[in-house]
Amino acid sequence: MPNENTISRRGLFMKLGILFNGLVAAAIAVPIVRFLLSSVTRGRAGAYLSWVPLGHVSEFPEGETRLAAFRNPYVTPTDGKTVETACWVRRVAGEQFQVFAINCAHLGCPVRWFPQSGLFMCPCHGGAYYRDGSRASGPPERGLFEYPYKVQDGMVTIQAGELPTPGSPTASVFGNKAPCGARNELVSIESKLSASSETNSWLRKTKT
Amino acid sequence: MSLIGQIGQWFDQRLQLAAPIRDVAEHPVPRNTASWFYVFGSAALTVFILQLVTGILLALVYVPSASEAWSSLQALNHDVTLGWFIRAMHGWGSNFMVAIVLIHMVQVFLFGAYKFPRELTWIIGVFLLLMTLGMAFSGQVLRFDQDAYWGLGIGASIASRVPIAGPIIVKLMLGGPIIAGATLSRFFALHVFVIPGMLIGFVALHLLMVIKLGINEWPMPGRIVKRATYENEYHELTRKDGAPFVPYAVWKDLFFAAFILSAVAACALYFGPFGPTGRPDPTVIQTAPKPDYFFLWLYGLLSYLPPAMETPALLIGPVVAIAFLVLLPFLSGEGEKSWRRRPIAVLTVLLIAIVLGTLTHLAGYTPWSPHMNAWSGDPVPEQFLHGRTALERQGALVFQVKQCRNCHSLGDLGGQRGPALDSVAVRLTQDQLIRQVIQGGGNMPAYGRNLSPAETTALVAFLETLHPGGQAPARDAARDLALSEDKVQQQGAPR
Repeated sequence: MPNENTISRRGLFMKLGILFNGLVAAAIAVPIVRFLLSSVTRGRAGAYLSWVPLGHVSEFPEGETRLAAFRNPYVTPTDGKTVETACWVRRVAGEQFQVFAINCAHLGCPVRWFPQSGLFMCPCHGGAYYRDGSRASGPPERGLFEYPYKVQDGMVTIQAGELPTPGSPTASVFGNKAPCGARNELVSIESKLSASSETNSWLRKTKT
Repeated sequence: MSLIGQIGQWFDQRLQLAAPIRDVAEHPVPRNTASWFYVFGSAALTVFILQLVTGILLALVYVPSASEAWSSLQALNHDVTLGWFIRAMHGWGSNFMVAIVLIHMVQVFLFGAYKFPRELTWIIGVFLLLMTLGMAFSGQVLRFDQDAYWGLGIGASIASRVPIAGPIIVKLMLGGPIIAGATLSRFFALHVFVIPGMLIGFVALHLLMVIKLGINEWPMPGRIVKRATYENEYHELTRKDGAPFVPYAVWKDLFFAAFILSAVAACALYFGPFGPTGRPDPTVIQTAPKPDYFFLWLYGLLSYLPPAMETPALLIGPVVAIAFLVLLPFLSGEGEKSWRRRPIAVLTVLLIAIVLGTLTHLAGYTPWSPHMNAWSGDPVPEQFLHGRTALERQGALVFQVKQCRNCHSLGDLGGQRGPALDSVAVRLTQDQLIRQVIQGGGNMPAYGRNLSPAETTALVAFLETLHPGGQAPARDAARDLALSEDKVQQQGAPR
């Protein structure tokens, strides 16, 4: 009569078989998981980001905001038109720029620039931003995403390669903060002043 | 024995399926469940089969590549014989499937069918609903047009808000750093292999449980479900008052299935296929993306939630909703089944239906979105210009040129983001108008930097004329007093 503590020869082989399959499955799982996560792990070292040119400085008149397009630095053969990305380039003065992502900071719809009223408006849920990208009204919780830029050999160049989303590292690292040194601090100070003091001075002017 | 009978016997000797199939077909069901209320489950299955067939047909031509998908859909619409009809059937089939699954769920909920012992049938049903919605969303992505492209951006923006894991989820979802070829490929894999495979498996389990546990009896007020006695009572019921499913109840399922299929075909024939809209070119930004019908309510909700509540609501809301649906049979697994004795259940269904219906209706005309072309396209109604001074007319021009019209309507034309201004002068005094225009507030941007003093003066002069004939504009009495004191002082002052 078989004891409960003993194990038959067949039973042992079955258990060994299960163990063997488990080991093989674990070994095969490693490349499968690495394959599945390749889109995440590749970007970890910032491999997706690189500097791309938008155009010559002279293409962007001072004080104006123009639509520009660039080709995403990371391309696969089946991407088609989707690697072309639009962005808004504001030339504040001289070599001082602001390059805004086309994507609304709310849910990523393409914002449109209205020079007459100096506003970016979003067609999806009605987010609006001032000319310096700061939030004016609507559902967005923050200003437009900004690409870090530099002017190199007369070309406006931005660091791009990732879809800007509210939670993406690009948004939180560069975001609405000054990306490229002291020059842009002027811009952020300007944006802070814009809604409050300057409008008050207008108010005083109109009232007197 | 006839030849056909002999062939049948030859197969059954090997397959041995005839007996179990006969058992399933002839299993007794309570007589009063042979009702038109009980046809939605089989109708959902019918439409699912239609989707499988039309989906395979579309896959014969469709190319899941970001550079070719749009053109292959154009080919289906215009070049391939009846390609448009198959696309239309698949598109309308999708809408019908979501609708029928929702109706089926409401019926099951109101008839108390999720209670003991059918808890697991309900839970699997909840997953079937989620998979159906997943199919609807991924199907919209495969229609790789402008709406699909920007819809993916919306999906990525929502996913990115998950704390810590957000960016990882976005890259997994997009298959890379941007919406591109890899994104479409993985949604193709989801839509064509992963979700349908899971759907087939879960539908099989769902059906197996319906057959093993028996169809829910017609709920009678006062007939209480108790774990200890229910199964015996149900068997007693089917023994005493049962009838074989085939043909007693099945004919209604058959009729309704045929009706639904013909309705899908009629919609496909009459309305045609959905899109594709513009080419998925991200540099074309003159677009106002909108989701498909069954996600419109979400689109509406996202514009009405206060900004600070949005992320918590988006991340916690679905988890709570799904958890509630899954836990429902454990929260009320026993007790009354009849909707006549479950007022809160009925009110909950009504409330959800009204909320979703209202949001869907609003998303149909998006009153929260600026009308991007109103400033250049919509005329200023004649009555607002007639007999006005040059300054006031100049103000009307400022009103149009500065895109005020994009958010404010005049004579029912223009955006509805802000209030209609037909009678704004009755609500706001001159000072209040100036302050509102320059400083903004209450969800209006500040225009101080974009209006010269002269423009502001003209604009406010125009706004002050906007009041109905019989109603005087609002005025600040204290200001009148202050000005008149100024006058008295000026007049009284020695020259």
